[in-house]
Amino acid sequence: MSQQGYVATPPYSQSQPGIGLSPPHYGHYGDPSHAASPPGMMKPAGPLGAATPGMMLPPGPAPPGSHQFGQNGAQASSHPSQRFPGPSPVNNVASSYAPYQPSPQSSYPSPVSTSSVTQLGNQLGAMQINSYGSSMAPSSQGPPGPPSAAAFQGPPRPPQPSILQPGSQVLPPPPTTLNGPGASSAPPTAQYQPPPLPGQTLGPGFPPQQANYGPQMAGAQLSYPGGFPGGPAQMAGPPQPQKKLDPDSIPSPIQVIENDRAIRGGQVYATNTRGQVPPLVTTDCVIQDQGNASPRYIRCTTYCFPCTSDMAKQAQIPLAAVIKPFATVPPNETPLYLVNHGETGPVRCNRCKAYMCPFMQFIEGGRRYQCGFCNCVNDVPPFYFQHLDHIGRRLDHYEKPELSLGSYEYVATLDYCRKNKPPNPPAFIFMIDVSYSNIKNGLVKLICEELKTVLEKLPKEEHEETSAIRVGFITYNKVLHFFNVKSNLAQPQMMVVTDVGEVFVPLLDGFLVNYQESQAVIHNLLDQIPEMFADSNENETVFAPVIQAGMEALKILFQPQTNVYDSLAKDCVAHGCSVTLFLFPSQYVDVASLGLVPQLTGGTLYKYNNFQMHLDSQQFLNDLRNDIEKKIGFDAIMRVRTSTGFRATDFFGGIFMNNTTDVEMAAIDCDKAVTVEFKHDDKLGEDSGALIQCAVLYTTISGQRRLRIHNLGLNCSSQLADLYKSCETDALINFFAKSAFKAVLHQPLKVIREILVNQTAHMLACYRKNCASPSAASQLILPDSMKVFPVYMNCLLKNCVLLSRPEISTDERAYQRQLVMTMGVADSQLFFYPQLLPIHTLDVKSTELPAAVRCSESRLSEEGIFLLANGLNMFLWLGVSSPPELIQGIFNVPSFAHINADTTLLPEVGSPYSQQLKMIMNIIQQKKPYSMKLMIVKQREQPEMVFRQFLVEDKGLYGGPSYVDFLCCVHKEICQLLN
Amino acid sequence: MATYLEFIQQNEERDGVRFSWNVWPSSRLEATRMVVPLACLLTPLKERPDLPPVQYEPVLCSRPTCKAVLNPLCQVDYRAKLWACNFCFQRNQFPPAYTGISEVNQPAELMPQFSTIEYVVQRGPQTPLIFLYVVDTCLEEDDLQALKESLQMSLSLLPPDALVGLITFGRMVQVHELSCEGISKSYVFRGTKDLTAKQIQDMLGLTKSAMPMQQPRPAQAQEHSFISSRFLQPIHKIDMTLTDLLGELQRDPWPVTQGKRPLRSTGVALSIAVGLLEGTFPNTGARIMLFTGGPPTQGPGMVVGDELKVPIRSWHDIEKDNARFMKKATKHYEILANRTAANGHCIDIYACALDQTGLLEMKCCTNLTGGHMVMGDSFNTSLFKQTFQRIFSKDFNGDFRMAFGATLEVKTSRELKIAGVIGPCVSLNVKGPCVSENELGVAGTSQWKICGLDPTTTLGIYFEVVNQHNAPIPQGGRGAIQFVTQYQHSSTQRRIRVTTIARNWADAQSQLRHIEAAFDQEAAAVLMARLGVFRAESEEGPDVLRWLDRQLIRLCQKFGQYNKEDPSSFRLSDSFSLYPQFMFHLRRSPFLQVFNNSPDESSYYRHHFARQDLTQSLIMIQPILYSYSFQGPPEPVLLDSSSILADRILLMDTFFQIVIYLGETIAQWRKAGYQDMPEYENFKHLLQAPLDDAQEILQARFPMPRYINTEHGGSQARFLLSKVNPSQTHNNLFAWGQETGAPILTDDVSLQVFMDHLKKLAVSSAC
Repeated sequence: MSQQGYVATPPYSQSQPGIGLSPPHYGHYGDPSHAASPPGMMKPAGPLGAATPGMMLPPGPAPPGSHQFGQNGAQASSHPSQRFPGPSPVNNVASSYAPYQPSPQSSYPSPVSTSSVTQLGNQLGAMQINSYGSSMAPSSQGPPGPPSAAAFQGPPRPPQPSILQPGSQVLPPPPTTLNGPGASSAPPTAQYQPPPLPGQTLGPGFPPQQANYGPQMAGAQLSYPGGFPGGPAQMAGPPQPQKKLDPDSIPSPIQVIENDRAIRGGQVYATNTRGQVPPLVTTDCVIQDQGNASPRYIRCTTYCFPCTSDMAKQAQIPLAAVIKPFATVPPNETPLYLVNHGETGPVRCNRCKAYMCPFMQFIEGGRRYQCGFCNCVNDVPPFYFQHLDHIGRRLDHYEKPELSLGSYEYVATLDYCRKNKPPNPPAFIFMIDVSYSNIKNGLVKLICEELKTVLEKLPKEEHEETSAIRVGFITYNKVLHFFNVKSNLAQPQMMVVTDVGEVFVPLLDGFLVNYQESQAVIHNLLDQIPEMFADSNENETVFAPVIQAGMEALKILFQPQTNVYDSLAKDCVAHGCSVTLFLFPSQYVDVASLGLVPQLTGGTLYKYNNFQMHLDSQQFLNDLRNDIEKKIGFDAIMRVRTSTGFRATDFFGGIFMNNTTDVEMAAIDCDKAVTVEFKHDDKLGEDSGALIQCAVLYTTISGQRRLRIHNLGLNCSSQLADLYKSCETDALINFFAKSAFKAVLHQPLKVIREILVNQTAHMLACYRKNCASPSAASQLILPDSMKVFPVYMNCLLKNCVLLSRPEISTDERAYQRQLVMTMGVADSQLFFYPQLLPIHTLDVKSTELPAAVRCSESRLSEEGIFLLANGLNMFLWLGVSSPPELIQGIFNVPSFAHINADTTLLPEVGSPYSQQLKMIMNIIQQKKPYSMKLMIVKQREQPEMVFRQFLVEDKGLYGGPSYVDFLCCVHKEICQLLN
Repeated sequence: MATYLEFIQQNEERDGVRFSWNVWPSSRLEATRMVVPLACLLTPLKERPDLPPVQYEPVLCSRPTCKAVLNPLCQVDYRAKLWACNFCFQRNQFPPAYTGISEVNQPAELMPQFSTIEYVVQRGPQTPLIFLYVVDTCLEEDDLQALKESLQMSLSLLPPDALVGLITFGRMVQVHELSCEGISKSYVFRGTKDLTAKQIQDMLGLTKSAMPMQQPRPAQAQEHSFISSRFLQPIHKIDMTLTDLLGELQRDPWPVTQGKRPLRSTGVALSIAVGLLEGTFPNTGARIMLFTGGPPTQGPGMVVGDELKVPIRSWHDIEKDNARFMKKATKHYEILANRTAANGHCIDIYACALDQTGLLEMKCCTNLTGGHMVMGDSFNTSLFKQTFQRIFSKDFNGDFRMAFGATLEVKTSRELKIAGVIGPCVSLNVKGPCVSENELGVAGTSQWKICGLDPTTTLGIYFEVVNQHNAPIPQGGRGAIQFVTQYQHSSTQRRIRVTTIARNWADAQSQLRHIEAAFDQEAAAVLMARLGVFRAESEEGPDVLRWLDRQLIRLCQKFGQYNKEDPSSFRLSDSFSLYPQFMFHLRRSPFLQVFNNSPDESSYYRHHFARQDLTQSLIMIQPILYSYSFQGPPEPVLLDSSSILADRILLMDTFFQIVIYLGETIAQWRKAGYQDMPEYENFKHLLQAPLDDAQEILQARFPMPRYINTEHGGSQARFLLSKVNPSQTHNNLFAWGQETGAPILTDDVSLQVFMDHLKKLAVSSAC
């Protein structure tokens, strides 16, 4: 966090050990021309700033960039919000240019020397990547690429190239970013502008790039059209020469994670300081609530908000919070306190209705208090009065959770209940598809058997002996069968509803029962269901009516709705009915439509493709158990209040919204997170900071109405540097993923990817321009807090949801999209950047997880065994030359060839290896919302293809650049922006 | 020859027929002047222990438009083996089986004593009887319990091979599958949604198309039985299942908030019952038995909303056109009733509740299908329990006293045509030469369908004499009528009962005495009453009364002996003497008076009036009053307030009620406990006598009458007081305080006043 972090140290000069980038490698990438903006420019930043707003629409001023702008503008306009701000800066070019020229020249020289990029040795330092492989320099001329690459018809940019070329080797480093390009291109720039077109088009047109990407890396610089004026000839020449950028020299997620762990792992993190950035999600530590909500509940993209919206626009860093209101806290942390004010209910601000919290300032001897959110001065209700101490704090400050803690719960009064009636205890309704295929493949039997166990573990309040949750059962094929399982019956009774067009619940009494009381009847039922439909040959199934029926059962019959999923889901939410789906598709089932219901109702979607009993049942059963046992709240409404100056503008997650403020969730469990984006209304004060209060009104599993309050105070600053310093990359990726996945529904993928890339570049360029210490234009400088942002962003971009390829089933994309929409930060981090653990180096005596390695094929070895997990899938990859003793130890077979990969369970061997491996797998699986199915992958066998998709630093199987390529691309974009 | 009274009685016993006129006026004109139409009460299945059925097919007249059945009135040429139809005069060959006949070797149908004969025929497959229980579960706990017991009891009374089904309803309608082993299974329907027969059958999986399209099954028939067997099972197979099912039957679980009626989906439940049978066993004898404890409150056929503050419609509402749901509900049940009738099934309604249950709207279900309508206060009363038990009573042969799917065909000789029928039947719309254009009751056809009937079911059949005045009938000519009733006997046999009767013609001008003497005033009163009630169902009450009055006056004018303008000279012959009195009581009866009756009660009374035989009908019109005293054996006394004496015990039978009334003194004696003293054993016997007699009536009556034991000054005494002729009222004070009876506090006219007016009008030349 030290400032050094982003003070760009003269990069080139000091090549950092280990991390230093050897410039030569990717020289060609460096797009000299756009490399960097001169500091001078920065100041006049005015234009830039102006530009940003401009981005909204084709800014009048920027004729040159018009093209790009057009595009951006279009996007922007379609996007009401700034979420995907297009790259705006360019337009300024004209104005900015002037300054350029001078500087460039000067800069040039330096590059040479600094051929190698420096990265700050320590993570604290800002990452800088010299983008230009010096050696490659030649290629770098490429920029004008026009000649060589048909692809880049762009007008030749002769001038630059030439200049660059010379420096070419140096080029990259020509660190003096400012000068470098400027100098060389000074004249050209003017011309450039037009040219950028091609380049730019490229930029935005990410997809095409991808295509290019691969090749580029391989051989040619071609890809970077705009870049190098270099003569074609050169292009041709250099292609091969360029070595790959040493992956070790670019920021490593593993390194970042390990560092954070090393520094903060295992420690106590107290939330007493406003705006302090919490440890990474991957770091284990004990969190102590001292007035701000634990990062387990709320994580922000940045812990320091810019004071003005102008600043925010300039930086384009999303201001968002990922809220997981029901997050599980480890046993060594304090659970939430429950505040009960009896019939008067919680104390709330009269004006903004914010709940009493540490941000309320008591005045006038404790008789009144000023709301931290709206500044309204309220009388303290008599029953709540307390004297203040000498520092103006109430004497009972530490006795009342709502005065001293970031998170706590209130008992809600009847006013907070639907229709002012206390809620019923919640109910789980199990709806089992008993159509032919499910009977035949044994699924129904499996479920029925499992339910007997699972029902024993229904969630309950800690102090209660049995769960208050009632259960009900429905089976369905073409018609619906309801079951009366009232405890006094000798046999369950089945009631068939055939009117699926207008479904209803045929019984009241005996449908929803207490499991303990009706246990015998329920077991009887579960025993009989598989037999009852054993000779069923009904293939047709109904679906919407099934959910509707469940909902009706909960709401006790009102008028029915049409069974369009959307309105169905809406109805469900309105009646506090959450739907969780377990799908076992063997063909296309339209997950996108079906999934809408669970998504909008706060339920979960589970999908098991081509379910096979022997392979998939364990995974399914784990999911089923887990899902039922989860901590969960029902019929929830979340409201996020903020202090003046900003407000929550957009929400992402498994939610439903009827208006702009109330986030409705039929249910919310411990794994579901809602991401909230904030926008400025006004200026924020550095003193008052930015306060957030998230209140969730919900019904507990025992049917109590409660309010869960999370408060979080953030800093505000008028220094961009502060903003960048306080960023949280994992949260940023969570936000970007959700906003992009939401946009998938109404925007072309290409546009979305462009926006993501552009915004990435923009955020980094802004940093570079405003916060980093002067350095070579061609140098890539990343803020310390966002060091791994590009690699994560690349992972996001390569996710199948954002790639439309015929090889990827629509259902699978819809499924993943839905999963991500409700993910918390930790889950999204793992999802986008899987954990890859070497197993062959296991220390069987240690209980620690082995150190992870980066997700790249180059990290694998033929002699190695690796375990990869991303929260959904788990792979055990076996190198062809895996040590036989390990194979013996794990699989109990003599050799690699004997391993049967067609299983999802490791055999019980009992060897230390086996036990250790299983322990690791358990640790990984722990606390993950989805059960991961283990796939055993043998090197060089067909299934390896699947596995490789998860080596996210490599080039994607279905397109998408490797980490290195992407980094270069981003760098190029940044350079363009800076120019 | 015996007296007409004997003749009439004999005819009734043999043929189950009572004619208003037993000598027929020979021309249309004269017939119309007789005022009371030529008509008869026919009890098609009158029990005839002495009449064993013959085991062959009837011989029919070969003329396609006639097809009359060979009968004793036919002329037979034994030598030529020919017979002449007495209706169309067609000469027919006897079938080969009759080659051996001769004067001395006659088949039964030619013998005069077999004017009524029953054939057992073999037609179609014999299907067992079907009983579909449709049970309301919106009952009070003890009511439901009592009903469940009654239902379980009834299972033991059913023929063992009978198919039974169960539908229960409340807010929802549940069709119970009876075949399943293991868990009980039912199909549930929303109580608010009207479904077509097709939809119902689809949803119950009764249609072929709903069956899986797998390899075609070899035996279609098997499949059919499989389908239907899910809901209708032979009682011997599922006796236990059904008993358990009924045992576990719970009250409708949906909460009923205060101030609300339970939601009761009677309309849909019936609709589903009808649809189920329609899809599985059309044209097979089947009984839908609806047990309901309150009005339908939702869905099609709803009679009243669920708001208790809005009372169910009264006659007053109906007159004011204020009965919101009545028309729609009636329409719904009419459609159902007609479908049911078309399928040959019948619907019984057992409605037990303190308030109305919508019988007014639902009455067509029973009236058109020949089902029973039973109304009681609660299922937990002996009235219901015994009535219900009596449904399953057996005759001397051990067969159930019920028959199904009957068609009644009436054939007349040329001088007559059929004007219509009043009774529990629907028209089959068979036109023919003997169908009159003059319509009375269900008309325009010569055939009717009676889906459910028992040995007492009686129809009023009205005729028109069409013989023209100028076409005299030859001396000794007789008019003939043949009633052919084909039905499914409770033993599932198809049977045909044929009754052929003939009466003499007489010229009304020259032989009016004959005609007059052959007047059956009892039958005439009932037949006129049926006409009146039939009209009352569709017209305004006052109009019907006026019409009845006019008919009565005209009859008196025609047959009375009087001097013009001299009321005191007015006399009626014996054969007419009781008729005005019947009319007087009819005018006061609940069949025509709706005052003090709910629409449901009116419907209930009218229902029974339109199907009971003559004796019972007469009791309904003019209740019987017996008096018990120390003066002698019990004696029938005038239904008059003067009969209410302090030292008498009265027993009144109104058909619907049996009232035992202790006179003032008797009541005091009883109170004093004299009956328990050995020396007053005769008093004890006196008290016991009416009770025994009442029991006797109760044993035989269907439906069970309400049994009322009251005494002088008792609140229930009103049942008696409202029936007797108010000869003494608070208006004619001269009787006050005398020992001649009890004054009735009413403004109704007494019989005496009524008669005075009648005489005055009859002798007046003004009208």
